[in-house]
Amino acid sequence: MNTPLQIVVCGSFVPDPLQTLEPVTGPAGPSLKNEMMLPAVLDPWAGHALFEAANLARNTPGSKVWLVSLGAKAKLQQVMMTVAQKAPFELVALDGPASGFTDSFETAAALSSAIEGIAGLDRTRLLLFGGWESASRGAGSTMQMVAERLGITEQFQGVDQILVSDDGSFEVLERVEAGRHQVSVCTGLPALLGWATGNLPEPRNNPQVGMANMRTVMPALQRAKAAPIASAGLAFASVTLPKQQRQTRIVKDMPAEEIAREIVAWMGEE
Amino acid sequence: MENILLLAHTEADGSLGKAGLEALATALSLGGALTVGLVGAATNAAAGQIAGCGAVRFLAVTGDAFGQPRYATDAAAAEALCRAADCQVVLAAGTSRWARALPGVAYRLGGRVDTHATSLAMAAGAPAVTRWFYRQRMEAVLSRTQRPWVVLLDPGCVAPWPGTPGAPGTATVEAVSVEPPATRTTVTGYRAPKADEQTIRPDAKMLLVAGAGWTKKQADGAVHATEAEQLILGFLRQAQASLGGSKSVVDQGGEGEAVLHCMTHMNQVGQTGSTPRHAKGLSTCCHGEEPHVVGWRFVNQRRAINLDAGCGWARGKADVLYVADAFEVMRRVNALLGA
Repeated sequence: MNTPLQIVVCGSFVPDPLQTLEPVTGPAGPSLKNEMMLPAVLDPWAGHALFEAANLARNTPGSKVWLVSLGAKAKLQQVMMTVAQKAPFELVALDGPASGFTDSFETAAALSSAIEGIAGLDRTRLLLFGGWESASRGAGSTMQMVAERLGITEQFQGVDQILVSDDGSFEVLERVEAGRHQVSVCTGLPALLGWATGNLPEPRNNPQVGMANMRTVMPALQRAKAAPIASAGLAFASVTLPKQQRQTRIVKDMPAEEIAREIVAWMGEE
Repeated sequence: MENILLLAHTEADGSLGKAGLEALATALSLGGALTVGLVGAATNAAAGQIAGCGAVRFLAVTGDAFGQPRYATDAAAAEALCRAADCQVVLAAGTSRWARALPGVAYRLGGRVDTHATSLAMAAGAPAVTRWFYRQRMEAVLSRTQRPWVVLLDPGCVAPWPGTPGAPGTATVEAVSVEPPATRTTVTGYRAPKADEQTIRPDAKMLLVAGAGWTKKQADGAVHATEAEQLILGFLRQAQASLGGSKSVVDQGGEGEAVLHCMTHMNQVGQTGSTPRHAKGLSTCCHGEEPHVVGWRFVNQRRAINLDAGCGWARGKADVLYVADAFEVMRRVNALLGA
């Protein structure tokens, strides 16, 4: 691939998956109890998108990666301390809610406005990346609407691989039903790729990359525009935790043969 | 009830799939006037399949260009059907094809979209969606004032529309003309993940979840990853079960540890994996929250085999916890299934 790529990755933070989450309902709708106190991480699928973008940019000289992130500024700063060490990028920050209960339509509007505001971005060469779903709202609908707002109609979701050819065309593997990948060939940019897991391991922390990134991260956070998401027209009747406790029967000291018979009998029950 | 448009795409053989028939059953349960909008290379067979469902209109966008599951053509077809039907609520199955295309269509129509709905039902005279947030950690019921409201129903949540007895009927289908949009994308085929055989079966009754314990040192101080793989694949083959894996076991390939070659990221269940729907689940050598809570959310009956009687994640989450060596147990289970 000879033509440099312009890759914009959309991604924010989510509560650390190991945290216990509890919903609370206030005048503005549902949220998480002690939301601002919860340790946060980069949204996992958006993280895969960022690592794939960095890898693609590294292999395509002259390319550049931007990370467009919507979230509370203080929390974004915390998360960036780690994320900035993983891959080179320029941050575009938006100060607003990263809650799972906000509306994807309005979130998409805020993200697309921020992308439109990136100075020097050549949208004809744009690869728009994001997670195919977030680990908060889990809607898998935001990125399609961001792309629509930017006029991008070559869209792929659940992407595990992109192979870019010298002529600028690329092959994409998308997850579809029954554990298969759909293979598509797209002859040119711009395009949206909503990433699933991809194929790359999480990069190791690189302090040098972190230091280089932080030179632009802190100013980006300081000039982050407010992006209130009102979620107008959306009403929650209830948000509840599932009943998690089951009366587990603990079976100790039973011979393996007997356990096997019990399991096979259980498998045969309707 | 407001008017409902059911969007359905045909399968490769021209019929409507199970997920589409589930969405049809939900649409019919709402009670409003139902319009069916079909998309595919050919739609006659699909229309005949549901001719007796009680829909007041059948619309179709038909043509070779619309046989490929790709964003540009699917979105154009769905948009045209929505405009022709002019319904307030648009329901579709949450297939990969519709999940890719319909959020963008909702934007084009100035509407809103909710995906991964587990139910769409009437509540206080208005439709309400039930769906999960934070990766199946909490469940919410929500409604919207904006229309059209596009709702994608997750497959496996309701029984499919059973059909009418006898031969397929004949539906009067109104063709909706759509010029295929210019697109740079061509679908060239399908590829199974790098595995020796099929391990993901969404319609299987049983889900086997394998954890990283399978690749750790066993009682004799050695790793038995090859035998582990044989036991797992033997069980999948004989039980026609589907395979799920914890994040730790699918990540091992990248960390230089012993790996299960049958396990890919496609098998991963939990926070960054899938949350499959199966009647029964058997977890083996798993010791984390992911397989037992998030990955098992929609598994009805759950049993676990591991060596730790105090496993905090299996206790309270599984119906039965067998404290035993999974190698020994699965060896015998396979023998019994093969007998």
